[in-house]
Amino acid sequence: MKAAVISFPGSNCDFDMLYALQEFGVDAEIVSAKHNNLKDYDAIFLPGGFSYGDYLRTGAIARFSPIMSAVTQAANDGKLIIGICNGFQILTEAGLLPGQLLTNQKPGFICDEIALSIANPNTAYTNAYEAEEIINIPVAHAEGNYYADAETLTKLEENNLIIFRYVDNPNGSAHDIAGIMNENGNVFGMMPHPERAVDAVTGNDDGKNFFKSILSGILAGA
Amino acid sequence: MYLAKIYVTYKPSILDPQGEVIKAALNRMDYSGIEQVSQGKYFEIKLKATDVDAATSEVESFTDALLINQNTETYRFDLSLVAEDEVLS
Repeated sequence: MKAAVISFPGSNCDFDMLYALQEFGVDAEIVSAKHNNLKDYDAIFLPGGFSYGDYLRTGAIARFSPIMSAVTQAANDGKLIIGICNGFQILTEAGLLPGQLLTNQKPGFICDEIALSIANPNTAYTNAYEAEEIINIPVAHAEGNYYADAETLTKLEENNLIIFRYVDNPNGSAHDIAGIMNENGNVFGMMPHPERAVDAVTGNDDGKNFFKSILSGILAGA
Repeated sequence: MYLAKIYVTYKPSILDPQGEVIKAALNRMDYSGIEQVSQGKYFEIKLKATDVDAATSEVESFTDALLINQNTETYRFDLSLVAEDEVLS
């Protein structure tokens, strides 16, 4: 298994993601957003940060960078696409996940460690967690307020596409949504940062099972 | 050449937290008559288009594609003829 971590101008969690993947023995490398080919990779990670300075809207400019046509192709080919924070914002702007991340209901940057519940433990992202387990994961965002119209929210609920929920909703997200996947289960986005919680030296390794889940899924499917 | 002045706002159904904070500040400043604040975005874009129909369709196309997110935003725009060397704003 080979993983790509996409580096957009303004990404700042690309090396955290690379470190986390390498911690789990994944052959991972940074790929510039200027590239337009992801054929060599089995899983693609869109990291957190402030791509293109968050100008216009978060993720709006990144969505048109050269790499995104390859990301869309990879998504259509069924490869795993994982967007964390700014990566999630980019995936919604690109239409690979539904909805949009708006300004936090109470405007301001939230930098904290918050509780998440595992809303669906039977996914490629959560299978190493227990059902209804509560985990603590860092958040760092000003635009994390998940919005989707009522029809989309119903679809997300009915198809168990909501993967993580906030226990105490910090940003006003509809239905306490912290992370969702697409209907095929191969495109996933979340606002909190599991890659910042994989090493006990940081005081929190609740994100470890996120990566273990992804790896076990890929290995089982290989 | 045409100048497009494009005004982007949230759809009425979308909460505008920044508008709400600005409204609260205005009320604190004793502008008690402020009922609602909506914070939007404004763009001036100069187009090479030579007729108004072409300019209109180009503005609609790129605004839908990039300037707004159709989930939450809407827009209106004005077009006017400008000289090639006219500097915006």
